Amino acid sequence: MTTVERTLISPWAMKKRRGKLLYWLVFALVITLFTVAFVVPLLWMVLGAMKTAPELARNPPTLLPESFGAGAYTEAWEFMDLAKYFTNTVIIAAGAWLIQLAVQVPAAYALSKLRPALGRWILALMLATLMLPASALLVPTYLAITEVPIVEVNLVNSPAAIWLPAAANAFNIYLLKRFFDQIPTELLDAARIDGAGSVTTMWRIVLPLSRPIIAVVSIFSIVAAWKDFIWPLLVLQDPEIQTLSVALQRFEPDTPINLMLAGLVLASIPMVVAFLIFQRQILAGLTAGSLKG
Amino acid sequence: MSSTAVLAPDVERRPARAPRRARKNLRRAVTDNLTAYGFLCAALVCFALFSWYPIVRGVLLSFQQVNFVTPAEWVGWQNFQTLFADPLFGIAWRNTLLFTGLALVIGFAVPFAVAIVLNELRHMKAYFRLVVYIPVMLPPVVVAILWKWFYDPGPGLFNSMLRLVGLPPLSWIDSADTSMLSLVLVATWAAMGSATLIYLAALQTIPGELYEAAELDGANLWQRLRYVTIPQTRFVLLIMMLMQIVATMQVFTEPYVMTGGGPEDSTVTVLLLLYRYAFTYNDFGTASALSLLLFIALGAFSALYLRLTRTRG
Repeated sequence: MTTVERTLISPWAMKKRRGKLLYWLVFALVITLFTVAFVVPLLWMVLGAMKTAPELARNPPTLLPESFGAGAYTEAWEFMDLAKYFTNTVIIAAGAWLIQLAVQVPAAYALSKLRPALGRWILALMLATLMLPASALLVPTYLAITEVPIVEVNLVNSPAAIWLPAAANAFNIYLLKRFFDQIPTELLDAARIDGAGSVTTMWRIVLPLSRPIIAVVSIFSIVAAWKDFIWPLLVLQDPEIQTLSVALQRFEPDTPINLMLAGLVLASIPMVVAFLIFQRQILAGLTAGSLKG
Repeated sequence: MSSTAVLAPDVERRPARAPRRARKNLRRAVTDNLTAYGFLCAALVCFALFSWYPIVRGVLLSFQQVNFVTPAEWVGWQNFQTLFADPLFGIAWRNTLLFTGLALVIGFAVPFAVAIVLNELRHMKAYFRLVVYIPVMLPPVVVAILWKWFYDPGPGLFNSMLRLVGLPPLSWIDSADTSMLSLVLVATWAAMGSATLIYLAALQTIPGELYEAAELDGANLWQRLRYVTIPQTRFVLLIMMLMQIVATMQVFTEPYVMTGGGPEDSTVTVLLLLYRYAFTYNDFGTASALSLLLFIALGAFSALYLRLTRTRG
């Protein structure tokens, strides 16, 4: 017997003629539904961007564009000045990623391995912030950005308005800390005996062992920064520094639909490509948070 | 603490040097703590400024009137009274609950059913996993603008499809009757990939022997589903339900981008109303009062979620 994993329906039932017939019927149905539900809308978007505005207004719509060409893509790139918004989004996402790692990794390392006095309380206070729905903090956090306490600077229209609140992410610190907890203390003690300080130990021992969780946290923070809408909408009011999401939404009312569609496709490409490359890490991260918790 | 234990015999042998040892231990403890807080300080500053302080300020603001020129003024329950007097307040809560309810019926059941079917399939698993997750990766604004175009009553994709199969066209987001349902469909399409893959992972952990034993006992397909699959995935189902309630009660991007709250206020959600109070009327006090109410409504769900996930680990 082959080692087929046993699921709801037994492999034996599937081998029977009726079972086989039913299986292929269901399979055909699922593949059709999935393609119609998830592939057709995306194809429709890509094809739509190749049609001209009058062609798009036609009812019933044409199935394929009358002439294929990437003209709308270059035109949209110029019309909406997408180069600027891509640059802004890349700067925001890259900065959010680096600052989050620079803040969260040492914090998690301290809470896991250095265990200072009151460390447990600090962790509890950080985790308590997860209980608050993000939107309940929208107004007071926005006010803290317009006038940062103590230093009294206004961060509106500065990338720091995205980066610094993003660094206060208890979930990432918790994920990192839980991973660091599993690194045996003997390993760190050995390093200390060899004369390594805390920074060297973190850099040379803990980080190399923690690549999987660093990858997960990195992907979380970059994807979140790229997709975020409401927060950049509030704190990036100056069109010069807005992200793609905010800019596309602002352009939407008075941009010809074919150019808009081209803009949507272009804004999606980096995320889809990132998914194709990092599929394994992304799907591993998906279950890391909610299930193993 | 452990260093004292190691040093204990030493201290016994040379009692004269005990105070020096103790001082050395103290100094060691102080340096260790200073190092640890050095690692922590950036995070502490970020949390203090952009998380802990705003939490406290948010509660205070609910009872204040601010204009940023004169100092904040205490107004008692006036912000809440303003809210309760606003006819949109009730409408926004009703709409939000409708969204959450519909999202539970559609967005909760569909991914689970899809995951169960996918778990039985033996071919092209990678393809299914890939295409169901791609919408999750798209920026929500892209999805919202795209679906707004699909919902176009004239040449839009959906009405064209309906006409193709001979059904009458619908008005989707242009009618108060179907607008909320249309938004739920978008949100489900965009989010179901992650739920589906989480359920799929949970289904794969069910031991095959359970199904075999159930089948030997004469359980039919429905009974195996009812008495094996669902109890085995109960924990994940509960967690996902809590997460979904918390997420859908905060719906903002879809109504903001696609309908702006219309038609006839049928898609004004709590968060959209909060946004209007804060950033259209510049009434941060009333906006904070609404945030506080939203927090109270969701706090219980979030707390339960955190408790469940942490005790399980």
